[in-house]
This record gives sequence, structure tokens and C-alpha cells, in this order.
Amino acid sequence: MPSFKTAFIAFRRAPLLSALSITTIAFSLFAFGLFGLVALNIRNALEKVEERVEIRAFIAEGTPLEDIAAAADEIKKYPEVSRVDIVTQEQALARAKTELGEFSDVFEGAFLPASLDVKLKDGHRDPTTVKRVADEVRARPFVDDIRFGEEWITQLYRLRNIAGVAGAALGLAFAAVAVIIIGATIRMAVLARSREISIMRLVGATDGFIRRPFLIEGAIKGVLGGLLALLLTYLAMRMLQQYLHFETAFFDDRLASIGILFGAMMGLLGSAVSVGRHLRKV
Amino acid sequence: MIRFDNVSKIYPRAGDHAALKNVTLRVNKGEFVFLTGPSGAGKSTILKMIYMDERPSQGDVRVSGYSSNDIKQRDIAKLRRRLGIVFQDFRLLEDRTAEQNVAFALEVTGAPRANIPNKVARALTQVGLASKATAFPKELSGGEQQRVAFARALVNDPFVLVADEPTGNLDERATRGIFQLLREINAAGTAVLMATHNLELVRSSDFRTIELNHGEIVFDSADAPVQFALDGED
Repeated sequence: MPSFKTAFIAFRRAPLLSALSITTIAFSLFAFGLFGLVALNIRNALEKVEERVEIRAFIAEGTPLEDIAAAADEIKKYPEVSRVDIVTQEQALARAKTELGEFSDVFEGAFLPASLDVKLKDGHRDPTTVKRVADEVRARPFVDDIRFGEEWITQLYRLRNIAGVAGAALGLAFAAVAVIIIGATIRMAVLARSREISIMRLVGATDGFIRRPFLIEGAIKGVLGGLLALLLTYLAMRMLQQYLHFETAFFDDRLASIGILFGAMMGLLGSAVSVGRHLRKV
Repeated sequence: MIRFDNVSKIYPRAGDHAALKNVTLRVNKGEFVFLTGPSGAGKSTILKMIYMDERPSQGDVRVSGYSSNDIKQRDIAKLRRRLGIVFQDFRLLEDRTAEQNVAFALEVTGAPRANIPNKVARALTQVGLASKATAFPKELSGGEQQRVAFARALVNDPFVLVADEPTGNLDERATRGIFQLLREINAAGTAVLMATHNLELVRSSDFRTIELNHGEIVFDSADAPVQFALDGED
């Protein structure tokens, strides 16, 4: 493919400019990667916390066990509910003793109420759903009180939404900056070869033919920049782990490939804009 | 083959100044035509319109069946493959040898690779530079560089050669050599349209001469059988 050859010749002819392009792409993607890593870890942490969301309905004393079991079976049929556990007074006491080991002597007799512990399925732990299910459970006559950490769930979700929105906004901003930088570096390459381009046009090369090596060059720079950024992000994460003893997750293969593909797309877009502008002008 | 019908060109940034005013002309197959006139008379604009680098503000330019009014970008590339274009400043790529410069015109138009070396050798022989095929432009004289540019223009077998002041940067001897080359190209059947300031060259032959001034055709030897005196023009 002559276009590939031309693209590689361009690298060889201007190694410094090419290195500069790749480094700037790498740094903009690195910033993007760092933020992505933070977002990824926030999300992972939130998921772990989320799994603990449950509704606890306290049962009035003296309610027959059969009634509680029947209610548990009914609640289990709700589409949002993953499991329902019946916790008797004795079990509640035992649990309190293990959870609060050092105070185990104070617990005596069956003074803790029995309860129904309701766990929700993935994707149904948002505040609205939790509140709705809680209200339905509360409607049963033998339910004395209900706890589901309303305040807590709302805060958790707000945090997650903020992280999501901030991630998307900052990610887009970084991507835009990267596209502009790639566009500028390709523009330098285009200007360095403007004489060649004008001669190509004079002898009858199509715009597509002229554009192709620049697009390939941009895409290659994007991929190389992406790989470099991935390496930098990985090193940054390792340093964080080593010095701050912070357990963090890294991108899986799928996310890493998406990142590199994203680099290639930015390279392509930046080049396309640059070359297109040049070709329209001359 | 080439037709200008009432062609005017106004550059918006140059105010109301018209680069061309109501130009009508025809160039026939295999014809040799000189375009003369002072700087700014519109010679280059006419040549640019032939290879569709400029479009008329009014009127229509037709070249080899393509009209300036509706030609698409892709077709401009196709048209240029059938034209040979040469400039005063040669426009060679400094980092390529003579033969690479000529081959460039074939490579960028997607010509089959196997045919390229033969065609390049033939074009370089035609311009008398076969022995300098591997020289870089800076190793060649001005006249030789212009010959490389001619070889590049001829390598696609154009039906017309458009030359904008091709001898403008050359000394007298090189000028005579290039003019001789142009006559040979024309004798082989290619039409030649040459813009020039060199009236001596114009007078030394009896080719058709079109004189422009302030964007208008003030003289066309095809309309006047008797050669006008061209004195007083630079």
C-alpha cells in the first residue's frame, strides 16, 4: 500500500515532530486515563457498598412465625427482590453478639425484635425503588418499623451521579484537547508537505489519495500515543499502590482496547480536520 | 478542445478590479498558442482556468468536455491527468531525483506500478535528460530542472501542455533549448499554451499569439492574418 509507505516515510522524515505528536497524544490520553481510573475505582467501590443495601422490617412481638413466613414468600415474589431472610429474635440476638463482641454480656433475653431482611437485585437499588419496596413491606400490619437508610442511599446515589457526570464532562474536555493537539501536529506535517500536496493536485491526484497517508499517520500516532498513555497510567497506578498502599483496579483488556481505539479515532479526526482545512484552502 | 465563452473573473478582495473581462477564445487540437501581455493582464488567470484552479465569475470554460460550471472536484483531478502543467519556478520536489519527480506524477494518479519505469525513461529521453535521471534538482541547471518539469508534465501523455512563463527564470541559451523542446512536443501532436513575456521568442515563430491587457484580449493573430507589431510591450 503506497499510502502506508508514505505515512511511514513521513515518520522517518520528521522523527522529532512525530515523537512530539505521539507524546502530546499520550499525555492528553494519560490525563484521560488517570481520570478514567479514578472513575473506575469509585464505581467499583460504590458497587461494593451498594451490594449491602437492604431493607430491614422489624416484626411486632407475638406475630406467629407462619404469618412472617407467608409474608416473606410474598415479598420474595416482587420483581425487585433477590432474597428475603427471616431473622428470629434469637437469631437477632446471636447476630448482635457476634457483631458487637465486647458487649456480648449485656445482651440477654429476647429483647431484640425479629425482622425480615430484604435484599434487592442489581439495578434496583436506587433510592426510588428502595423506598417503594420499603413502603410495600411497611404496609403489612405486623411490621412495627422499617429501616433502609433512606438518607444514606440517596447520598450514595448522588455521589455516583456526580462522579459519572464529572467523568463524562472532563473526559470530553480532555478528548477535545487531544483532538486539537493532534490536529495541530498533523497541521505542521501538512504544512511541511504543502509543496508536495500542491504538486500532487497539479498532476491530478484526488483529494482522497492526498488525504489517505495523513489519516493513516494520524491513526498510527493515535494508537502509539494510546499505548504510551496506557503504560503511563499503569505506572502511575503502580506508584500509587506502592507509596499510598491503595488497592486499585486497572482497566481490563476491553477498556484498554477501547482507550487505544479512542486514541486512533482522535488521531483520525484531528488529521481529517487538518487536512480537510488545508485542501479546502489551496 | 478548449473554449472560453464570455469569461469574466472578479476577485472579491481586489475590489471591483476584473482579472478577466468577457474573454472568448478557442484553442484547437494540436495548436501552439502564445499568451502575451504585461504583468497582471490575465495570462495566468486564463491558464489557471484551463486546469480549473480558478472558476470564472461569469461565463463558461470548457476543457475536454468538462464545464467550469458543473465540474466536480473528482473530475478536476481526472482532467488534470490529461493536461501537462509547467511553471516558471519548476515546482520540483527537492528531496527526489529527476526520475522520482517524474514518476511521482504517475504514482499519485494510481498508474500501474509495472509501467512506471518505462514511461519515466521515455519522458526523460524526450526532454533530453536520460543521462541525468538520478540527479537531484539542486545538482541540475535551471534549464535542466525545467526539462524535468516538462518530463513530468508529458509523462501522462497530455493533449495540451499549459506553460506559465516556462522560460522566465532561464538564461537565453536555456530559453532557446526549452522553446525548441516545446516545438518538438507540439510537432508530436500536443497542443501548447504558453504564457510569456519574451517577445523575441514570440516573434521568432509564426505561432498564434493572443495579447491580453487589463483582462481583455486586445489582439489575436488568428483573427488578423497580418502580424501586428508588438512593439512597446514589455
